[in-house]
Amino acid sequence: MVRVLPIKYVVIGAILVTISAAWIVMSQRHAPPADLDLARSKQSVGGIYTVTLESEAEPVKTGPLHSWIAAVKSADGTPIVDATIQVDGGMPNHGHGLPTAPQASHIGDGHYRIEGVRFNMGGWWELHLRINGPAGDDEVTFNIVL
Amino acid sequence: MMLACGAVAACNPSELTDAEIETAKSLTLAELPPVPPDPTNRVADDSAAAALGATLFFDPAMSIDGEVSCATCHQIDNQFQDGLPRGHGIATTDRRTMPLAGVAYSPWQFWDGRRDSLWAQALTPLEDLREHGGTRTFYAHLIAERYADRYERIFGPLPDLTGLPVHAGPRGSLTHKAAWARIPPERQEEIDTVFANIGKAIAAFERTILPEETRFDRYVAALASGKQPEGGAAFTDLEREGLRLFIGKAGCINCHNGPRLTDDHFHNTGVPAVDGLPEDRGRAQAVRQVISDPFNCFGPFSDGTEADCGELRFMVPGGEELERAYKTPSLRGVASRPPYMHAGQYRTLEEAIDHYSRAPEAPAGKSEIPALVFTDRGRAALIAFLKTLD
Repeated sequence: MVRVLPIKYVVIGAILVTISAAWIVMSQRHAPPADLDLARSKQSVGGIYTVTLESEAEPVKTGPLHSWIAAVKSADGTPIVDATIQVDGGMPNHGHGLPTAPQASHIGDGHYRIEGVRFNMGGWWELHLRINGPAGDDEVTFNIVL
Repeated sequence: MMLACGAVAACNPSELTDAEIETAKSLTLAELPPVPPDPTNRVADDSAAAALGATLFFDPAMSIDGEVSCATCHQIDNQFQDGLPRGHGIATTDRRTMPLAGVAYSPWQFWDGRRDSLWAQALTPLEDLREHGGTRTFYAHLIAERYADRYERIFGPLPDLTGLPVHAGPRGSLTHKAAWARIPPERQEEIDTVFANIGKAIAAFERTILPEETRFDRYVAALASGKQPEGGAAFTDLEREGLRLFIGKAGCINCHNGPRLTDDHFHNTGVPAVDGLPEDRGRAQAVRQVISDPFNCFGPFSDGTEADCGELRFMVPGGEELERAYKTPSLRGVASRPPYMHAGQYRTLEEAIDHYSRAPEAPAGKSEIPALVFTDRGRAALIAFLKTLD
């Protein structure tokens, strides 16, 4: 037997579904994926470079401007001393970029200081490095959770 | 009911979890570091400069009509703001007057961050025709006539002002600009130095204006030390629920974080434009202004080096995210200083919170905020919590 629900129940149901959907979106919006790769040393996407990233200000905090050091090596372990690195990033769950425009410069032996990084809120951040070096162009993304 | 609680409602009146207490603690004054040094202002922490700055701050002679001081809008008994939708000096401006407690912690000044230091900020209204309306030679003459001794004890000898027009400056009327153009560059620089020093003295005073402990700070301090909050530290169930929403589901803490409850950054939250005002692009127009400001960190009047200019060096220079982005205001004292937003668009906290419920499309650019579904109880809880920040 088919019963047609009174319209008021349909409306109430729709409202509750909307509310619960909003809740689910809100709850998930702030949580990074459980299996997020938090490695601070990884290969670039195309496998050209191995990059190790360390903060100069541990523990990393919300608020202050600070610097990171990226150690860049070729696949055979040779330090890459003449690359240019462009840095961007942001918060994937919030849809916004970094609050600053960090700059990377070589400080010797394949180490690059990335100055001017700020994380202005807690949560999941990405730092994205585009590496333009003699072995080719490649990129790598690091996840940081505050 | 469960679903309603799942929305941004206040449901559980029980005590906070350890993790919630830890998060709440990050918002308390106990976590506020000392006022950061300002190497661009060599008298930032000089008490004589702060005293002169206080005198200048309250002196209505510091305006073209002799009636407007900094304190006209930044009222000492009113959180150093004026309670108006838009500040009113000689005439009405386009923006809400910002309160000053803890202002020295902000790397960027004004709602759009168009100045990069407190002293550079203090100079801007002095030359604004709708605020103090004065000119650079006017202020230099004023210092020489009224405050020469105090000025010279702090900054050294005043320049010779003989023969300089009463009014001349690069930001005044056409007549004043023409008079400024006739002054030789070396004398302009002497006048600019006096002008910059006025800002530095006012900034030294403003650095002493700090947020005060509130019931929220006492409540969290008691919880963090394992005590039962009592008397002037106690929270009602509703206030606790509001705090839990603030640091949890409502996501307010994303931007309103740290002991001043601001991330010192700029966000487009879809706040409506005010009818009749000129186009206001917020941060998008401010970046050009701060770059071209002769009193910025890189400029000749800064006492610092390039190493002190990290904010300006690494500033995001453009992009859609800057469009109609405005600085996150501190929420300390927020409940007793309506109206809200950068041009006083909302008269009450209820209206401000309803804005986050509606999450309207931004007039330009893209709003960062998602729609939140607040129940009546959730909204009341959030407001009750905000009142504990007074």
